[in-house]
Amino acid sequence: MKTMRQERFIVDRGIKYILLVFALISIIVLFLIGLFIFRQSLPALKTIPLSDIFLKTEWRPTMDRFGILAMIVGSVMVTIGSLLLGVPLAIGCAILLAEVAPRPVQEIVRPAVQLLGGIPSVIFGLFGMVVLVPLVRQIKIAGNTGFGLLSASIVLAIMILPTITTIAEDAIRAVPQSFRNGSLALGATKWQTITQVVLPSARSGIVAAIILGVGRALGETMAMIMVIGNSVIMPKPLNGNPFTIWLRQARTLTGSIATEINYAAPTHESMLFVIGVVLFILIMIVNVIARSIIRSSKH
Amino acid sequence: MENHIDLKTESSADLKVFRSNNLKLRRFTQNFAYSLVWLAGLITVLSLLVVIGYVFMRGMRGFEPGFLTTPPAGGLSGEGGISTTIVSTVYLVLMTITIATPLGIGAGIYLVEYAGEQSLGSKTVAALVQVAHFGVETLAGIPSIIFGLFGYALFVTTLKFGFSLLSASLAGACLVLPTVIRTTEEALLAIPTGLREGSMALGATKWQTIKNVVLPTAAPGIITGIILSVGRIMSETAVFFVTLGGSFNMPTSVFSSGRTMALHLYYLAMDTRAFDKAMATGVVLISSIIVINLLINIVSRKLRVGVRD
Repeated sequence: MKTMRQERFIVDRGIKYILLVFALISIIVLFLIGLFIFRQSLPALKTIPLSDIFLKTEWRPTMDRFGILAMIVGSVMVTIGSLLLGVPLAIGCAILLAEVAPRPVQEIVRPAVQLLGGIPSVIFGLFGMVVLVPLVRQIKIAGNTGFGLLSASIVLAIMILPTITTIAEDAIRAVPQSFRNGSLALGATKWQTITQVVLPSARSGIVAAIILGVGRALGETMAMIMVIGNSVIMPKPLNGNPFTIWLRQARTLTGSIATEINYAAPTHESMLFVIGVVLFILIMIVNVIARSIIRSSKH
Repeated sequence: MENHIDLKTESSADLKVFRSNNLKLRRFTQNFAYSLVWLAGLITVLSLLVVIGYVFMRGMRGFEPGFLTTPPAGGLSGEGGISTTIVSTVYLVLMTITIATPLGIGAGIYLVEYAGEQSLGSKTVAALVQVAHFGVETLAGIPSIIFGLFGYALFVTTLKFGFSLLSASLAGACLVLPTVIRTTEEALLAIPTGLREGSMALGATKWQTIKNVVLPTAAPGIITGIILSVGRIMSETAVFFVTLGGSFNMPTSVFSSGRTMALHLYYLAMDTRAFDKAMATGVVLISSIIVINLLINIVSRKLRVGVRD
C-alpha cells in the first residue's frame, strides 16, 4: 500500500518535470525564432547605413543596392487598398450576422465566412491570376498589365474579410441585450439602435478586428507574389489620373523574402533578414495594439 | 436626440406630420442600410461560391483519370498527376503534428495546470508565465514567411538538413506550435475547477486528476486545435516554399526534398502557367479543407454537448 502510494507521487512529480521541460522547449523555440531573425540581420545592419536601407528605393542586390522603401510602400499601399475594399464588407457582414439576419441565414453565412478563412492563399492567388488580372487588364490605359496593386488589393480584401468579420461579430454580440432594449424602448428604429448604441459600444472590438486584419494583410505572401507583379519600383500613377497608381506593379516585403532567400549571397541574405525584422516589428506593434484594445474593452 | 421640438408650441397637426415624416425617413434609412448590410453578406457568400465554383469548373478540365495516382511528369505544361505531392503532403502533416502536438499540448497543460499555482508562490515562475504568454500571443500573429525565413536559416543551412521534409516539418511545427498551445490552454481553462477538486478530494494525485478527469473533458477542444493545425499545414505555402525544395519526386526519407499540393499548385501556376492542372490540384486541396472544416464542426459540437452534460 505504502509503496503504491509512493509510486503515485513519484510519477506525479516526474510528469510535472516532463511537462515543464515541454513548456520550456516550446517557449525557448518561440523566442529563438525572434532572436535568430534579429541575429541574422546584424551583418547587413552593420555594413549598410540605415538611411540607405529605409530611405532609398533602389533594390539591386547584385550591385549592393539595398533600399527597401519601395517594398514598404508596396506593402502599405496594398494593405490600405485591401482595407478600403474589405473593411466595409467585413463590418457589414458582421452586422448582418449579429443583428440583422434570421437564424437560417446566419447558419449559411457563418460557415461560408469560416470556409473562406480556411481556403489556402495560393487558391486566391491562382483565382486572381486567372480571373481578376485579365479583368483588370480590360482597363485600357497604357502600361496596365493587370498585375498590380488593384488586383492584389481585391484578392487581399477577400482574404482579410473572415478575420475581421469573425472578431467584429463577437464584439457586436458581446454588447448586452439591455442596451438594445433601452434604445428600442425610447422609440429608436433597429438601425438607429445599431449605429448609435450597439456599434459605439462594440467600437474597441471592431477596431481590434480591423487591426488584426492589417496584420493578416501585411503578412500575406504567396497570393501577393502571384498577382502584384513583383517589380521593385516606387508606385507612381501611369498617367495624369492619380488613381492609375493602383494599376502599377509593386512588390511586398514578404514577397521579396520568399522569392529571393533561396538564391541570396551573404549580404543579400542578411538584408532579407532585415526585411524580416521590419515585418516582425510592424506586426508586433499591430498585434500589441489590437490585444491591448481587446483586453481593455473586456475590463 | 437630433429632433428637438417644443411640444407646447407646436400644434398637434404639425407634430403629427413631423412624426410621420420622421418615421418615414427613419424607416427609409433603415431599409436602405439593411439592404447594404445584406449586400455585404451576399458579396461574401458569392465570392466564396465564385472562387470555389470557378476552381472546380476549370479543375475538372485538368482532372484526367489517374490524376490522383500518377506522379507529375514535370513537363512545361504540367503533365501527369499529383500522386507524389499527396504523399509529400501527408508525410509533412504527420511529421509536423508529431513534433508540434506533444510539445504544444505539454506546454499548454503545464501553463494552465501547474504554472498557475506555482506562480502564486514564486515570482520567477509568474514572470516566466507572463513571458510565455507574450511569446505565444506574438508568434500567433507573425506572418508565416518569418517562420520560413527562420526554418531556412536554422534547419536548411545552419544545421545542414538541406531542403527536406525534416527542415520543412520543423519549421511547420514552429508555425503551428502557438495554435496548439493556445487551443490547449483554452480547452483546459474552460473546465470547471470543481471537477479537479472533486478528483483531488477522492485522493487522486495531480497527474491522475489531469489524466483521468481533465484531459478527457478537454479532449474535443484539444483535438480541434490539432485539426486546425493540419489544415494550416495543408494550406501553407510560404514556409514550405523556402524550406521544402520543391522536388516532385516521391520522398524516400526525411531528408528528401518534396512538394506539398499547395506548393505544386503554385509551381504549376507560376512556372508553367498550367492553369487547368493547377485548378485540378486546387480541387483536391479545397475538398480536403472542406472535410477538415466539417471535422472541426463535428468535434466542436461534441464539445458543446460535453459541456452541457
